[in-house]
This record gives sequence, structure tokens and C-alpha cells, in this order.
Amino acid sequence: IREKMWGILRQRGIDGGGLSLRRTRSALVSARSYAAGSKEMTVRDALNSAIDEEMSADPKVFVMGEEVGQYQGAYKITKGLLEKYGPERVYDTPITEAGFTGIGVGAAYAGLKPVVEFMTFNFSMQAIDHIINSAAKSNYMSAGQINVPIVFRGPNGAAAGVGAQHSQCYAAWYASVPGLKVLAPYSAEDARGLLKAAIRDPDPVVFLENELLYGESFPISEEALDSSFCLPIGKAKIEREGKDVTIVTFSKMVGFALKAAEKLAEEGISAEVINLRSIRPLDRETINASVRKTSRLVTVEEGFPQHGVCAEICASVVEESFSYLDAPVERIAGADVPMPYAANLERLALPQVEDIVRAAKRACYRSK
Amino acid sequence: MATAFSATLPLHGSSQENRLLLPPTRLPPPSSFLGSTRSLPIRRLNHAHAARRSPVVAVQEIVKEKKPTNSLLITKEEGLVLYEDMILGRSFEDMCAQMYYRGKMFGFVHLYNGQEAVSTGFIKLLTKSDSVVSTYRDHVHALSKGVSARAVMSELFGKVTGCCRGQGGSMHMFSKEHNMLGGFAFIGEGIPVATGAAFTSKYKREVLKQDCDDVTVAFFGDGTCNNGQFYECLNMAALYKLPIIFVVENNLWAIGMSHLRSTSDPEIWKKGPAFGMPGVHVDGMDVLKVREVAKEAVSRARRGEGPTLVECETYRFRGHSLADPDELRDAAEKAKYAARDPITALKKYLIENKLANEGELKTIEKKIDDLVEEAVEFADASPQPGRSQLLENVFADPKGFGIGPDGRYRCEDPKFTEGTAQV
Repeated sequence: IREKMWGILRQRGIDGGGLSLRRTRSALVSARSYAAGSKEMTVRDALNSAIDEEMSADPKVFVMGEEVGQYQGAYKITKGLLEKYGPERVYDTPITEAGFTGIGVGAAYAGLKPVVEFMTFNFSMQAIDHIINSAAKSNYMSAGQINVPIVFRGPNGAAAGVGAQHSQCYAAWYASVPGLKVLAPYSAEDARGLLKAAIRDPDPVVFLENELLYGESFPISEEALDSSFCLPIGKAKIEREGKDVTIVTFSKMVGFALKAAEKLAEEGISAEVINLRSIRPLDRETINASVRKTSRLVTVEEGFPQHGVCAEICASVVEESFSYLDAPVERIAGADVPMPYAANLERLALPQVEDIVRAAKRACYRSK
Repeated sequence: MATAFSATLPLHGSSQENRLLLPPTRLPPPSSFLGSTRSLPIRRLNHAHAARRSPVVAVQEIVKEKKPTNSLLITKEEGLVLYEDMILGRSFEDMCAQMYYRGKMFGFVHLYNGQEAVSTGFIKLLTKSDSVVSTYRDHVHALSKGVSARAVMSELFGKVTGCCRGQGGSMHMFSKEHNMLGGFAFIGEGIPVATGAAFTSKYKREVLKQDCDDVTVAFFGDGTCNNGQFYECLNMAALYKLPIIFVVENNLWAIGMSHLRSTSDPEIWKKGPAFGMPGVHVDGMDVLKVREVAKEAVSRARRGEGPTLVECETYRFRGHSLADPDELRDAAEKAKYAARDPITALKKYLIENKLANEGELKTIEKKIDDLVEEAVEFADASPQPGRSQLLENVFADPKGFGIGPDGRYRCEDPKFTEGTAQV
């Protein structure tokens, strides 16, 4: 498969153009992971099909959120569901995050399986009491009597020019709470598999999507299109294998890391890119196994640096694989400021491909 | 003069007046879920109809209707059940105070002395499958709902035999068996959860086509009525016509904050009609009056007519919690309410109306005393949780791989690593 992969690369020609770069990456991924399958699917369609299939399989699943019904979804993720399942199962709520999140939690206490949509996860701060106090902690507080099979989903992190109050990444906040499962898909396959797993899961799941990924197309295999397809929660995916440096990241940054890996490959550094998929439970085994192989680590995330997901990964690696490290761990995160609006400042406030490349080179002692 | 109030019904203005005259049967049946795009204005009319012809008005009228006919409000059996429940609540809470001062109980303990009429009045009308959601002052709600005194006392002592195996404590009484859905420390947190449980009851009936007429009763205090979640849930419960009863235990004090100091309009029952549901004010120190209102509210909910807001004027004889020195409340106010002790009132009623005699009531009191003593002994003798319990029950599915298509945990499937997708 490796020969075939490089063959495709040579055929397409690496001219550095964005479009062909994406095609080659897609070809890489599809040639590596799947026997056949060149169908493409956007993340939006993947999420829509996942919710659709789970709703048709289990009548206890229902969708609740602002604009999910008649508006077809603020980002069109729930398009067509109202027509298909009716207003009894797709609820347009008033603008009352605390109220409808609590109602979802109460419904989950009583046995239903709600999928609660937040228009963005920034608005979940109005409902965070319910996500943490009445959903995450309930199974523990009631000693296993009351479990909460609920999914909280919505776009997380920065979009394009939406300002400080709409751009925060909540992965670190939710992932620090015991009792929650926190997932962050990247590709269409991730989105489908993880959302289906989340809806079937008997525990509260925070499902962090990314608005800028919604429109991106990814190749998808036949098995991923099967209605019983599920990805396991708590396992990371090695998107690209390498031997010189490990780059660990999640969500949109996986795309950037893969591009950075291409650039590093030109300079002779073979980077291994790990797509976390699951922030809690964190797949420490995969990360540590990879670091033990490459001895160098670069972690990338979009959120604020202090107490972030990367901090946890670095601590975990230092605790478990210290003697294998050949260089200090590198942490790339968003700037420690609320997100500015101006386009150039926003670009500076978020990690870019160049930042990841520089960090990887620093880790490999190849730069000043 | 046209005031703001005359403009409150713009939807029912002249252009739609003729619709008011049509009998409901002639209109297309609206879906009960507001998400339905059809018949939206019609349903708003029905809402207004329901609010206006609601049978639940100020409770004094209902009680007045009953009294002149000279028939009693309760039978002997019911009376003894109510009496026993209230004595259980009172003795249990008094015992909690004793145990706290002896060091057996710790943390935050919020006692319910004086408010027993509300709990007994409502919960004794519910079935086992109806749900109750409460706040941190939840010992007596759990007891009235059917959780055994032993289980509650052990939970308070932090022992493994408690209803939540010692993991919850005083403020988090959960019982799946008795549908006691907590026990929440944040005020207002229980209200949306209760609304969700009521939502489930309606969903089961209408989507899953099960035979379900369970109602949910949400108990909370006067301080909560200034919280945003309360209003959000009043709105949604009325919007979706959920089978829920919002019971405000207005004891006039939120720790040390008087209700009158913190609320622009202290009459909480008025907030119900603002959202399209009946609002009722009842004397919460009189269990029979509470019971009458509760009967109407519960049957309204069971019939599918939607939520009710019941404000019970009650009083807590002790401080907010056992750590509260209770200095801000006036002694005269306390004395006034102590004279209206619900247990004494019911005792008087039962004896005067020849439903029971002193002897029977004394037997009940003795029985409850023994029960509570025994609960304490049981809790004392129970072991503390084992060390392994610390890490248990964080997740229902701890291995974190989710449930596979066959309905079993994926990690139990030996072919899991060959799985549905490469990782």
C-alpha cells in the first residue's frame, strides 16, 4: 500500500497548490485506510446522516435545540429531520439554554435519549450547570441508579471573524470533568462514527464539532456508510505514520497538522500525526506509544494555552514516557487573548501550518 | 383609557374574534407539540381558553365550596396516612439535628421542620411511577415518596447502605425505584430536570404510544422564583403543555434574604398566568388545603391540560441549615407560624371530626419514634463504603468504547479490534 500511495503522489504531482494538496492527502488517506471507496462526503452530511439513522433506529432519540426544525438547523446539520420525523421528535426551542438543556437532562433521567444542539458551544456556558452538575455527576451521585444518555453537540472553537464571544474552544473545560465523555471529530468518517457512538452511549457526551469543517469533503468508505457503523470512544487515530516527531491534535488542527507534515516531509522530517478523536477519555496509550517511537512531541490545539488539552497531553507524556523524550515537548495553542475580530489579528491568534512546522523543527533540533 | 393591560391580547384582536365563537371541534385538531407549523394562532387561542376556563382558581374558593356541604375532606384512613407521614418527616428531621450535633452527620444539612404539610399534601397523592424533583431540602420529600427511613439516614451518615450508597449525601437523594429524581444543590437546577421528566411522560404517550400518565412535581423555594431557569421552564412547560406541577414552598426566607426584600412582586402565584398556566396560592401550613389544591393540579396534569403553579405559604421552624444561626428572623414571626404548626392542626382536625382518637395518634407517634430510632441504629451499624467505591459509577459504561450494534458493550466483543473501522 505504501508503494501505491507514493505512486499516486508522483502521479498527481506535488505542486504545493492547496487543492491538489488536499486531493493528495485524501488519496493518501483513502489508499492507506480503505480497500476501495472514493466517495466523498461533507462533515455536514455525515452528521446529518448519523442523526437521521440513529433517530430511525431508536424512537427514544429526539433532537432539541434552537433552529433545528423549521430553519433546518443553524448550520443545516439537522436539515430534513423535521419533515422526516415530525415536530414530536425535532423540537425548536425558545432561546433558553439553561431551560432546554435541563429539560434534556431530565428527559434522559427518565429514559429518553436527547440530542441537544447548542448553536455554538459558547452558548453552552448558559447551560453549563446542567451539563456538569445534573448530567455529568448524576451517575456518580446516585451510585449508578440514574445514568444520563444525552449528547450535547454543536460547533466549538473559532470560526471566521465572529469575535471573542463566539470563538472560544471548550474542549479543556469539559474534558476536565469526570463523568463526561468529550469527542472532537475531524473527518466525515469521524463525524459519523463518533456521533453514532455518542448517541448510543449511556453516558453524557459533549460532541465538539467545528464550523469551518462542516463544508469540507472527505473520502468515505462503504463500511462507514453502513448504518451500524460506529467508532469506539476513547481511541485516537493515527492519521499519518512517521518516525521523527509526533504531532498530536484534534478537530480542525488535524488538517493543519497533516499539511504541516507534508511540508516537513519535504525537508526530510517524517511526522506522525495523531487525531485524538476523543478528548475524554484521552487515549494515552496511543500517544505514549507514538512518543516512545519518535521521542519528540508537538501538541496542537486551537483553544487558550493555559490549562488546555495540550497541557494534559504534555503532562501525561512526561509522566509516562519521560525517559524516551529526546527534546522538550512543544505546545502550540491559540494566543492567550480573547479572539480579536480583525482578520489579520485573528490569523495571528490561531495556530497556522507554519507554527506547527516551526515547532516540529524545534523539537527535531533543526531550527534556531 | 387604554392601558398596557388592554393591549395584552393582540392575537385575539378583532380580526380573529370570530374564531373565538367557533366551537373547538370545528377547528382542525392542533398538534399538542408547539413545533407543529399548522394551527399556531389557533393553539394560542386554546392556551388562552385553557387559562381562562381553568378550573383551578384561588384555593380558598375550592375549600369554601367543600366546607358548607359539611362533608369531611378526608376519610379516616387518609387522615391517618397523612398524620403518619407528617410525624415521620418531623421526627426524622429532629433526629437529624441531634445526630448532626453529635457529629454523626456532617456537611450541609437542611431541615424541613414546619413545611411537612406541603410534602405530605402533594406526594401522598402520587403513584410510584410519578416523579418528584426537589432541592437540597429533600429528606422529607424522599421519605414521603417512599424511600425508607433507613436508606435516607444511612445516606446522611455516609454509609454504603444509603439510598445512593453514601455518594450523594444530604442534598442529593436519588432513588430510581421510587422516582425521586434528586436532590439538587443549585437552586433552580431541579426545575428544568423536572420539566424534562414531565416531557418524557408526554413523549412516551404521544411518540412511543405507551400508556403513560405520569406527572412530575417540582418543589423549590421562594428564592428560586427570581432565578432565570424558573421562568424558562414556566414558559416551556406551558408551551408544550407538560404534565408538571411547580410547587413553590414559599417560606419567606432564602437563607437570610427575606422574600420581600429580593422580589419586585412578592406574589409568586401571579407569575403562572403570565405564562399561560393557572397560578394558585394556598396556605401551606394546612395539609388539607394543600391536598385539595394538589388533587386538582395533579388531575389536571394527568388529563393532559398542562402545568400548574402552586404557591404554598409555609415556614421553616429551624434555620436554613444546621449551620445557620437564624438571627435575622423576627421572634414574633416565628411564634406566629409555630402556632400554625401543620401537625397540631391536623391532629386537632382529626380529633374534632372524630376521625381518630388520642390513643390512635399516640400509637402512630410511638411507631414512628421506633422507626426513626431503628433507622439510626441501622445507619450506625452499617459500614462505610469500601475504597473501591471511590472510582465506581463515574460512567455507566466505563470502558469508554460505547455500545456496539448488537447492544452490548463493544469492549466485551472479542472481535472488537477487528471492528467496523480501522483505528
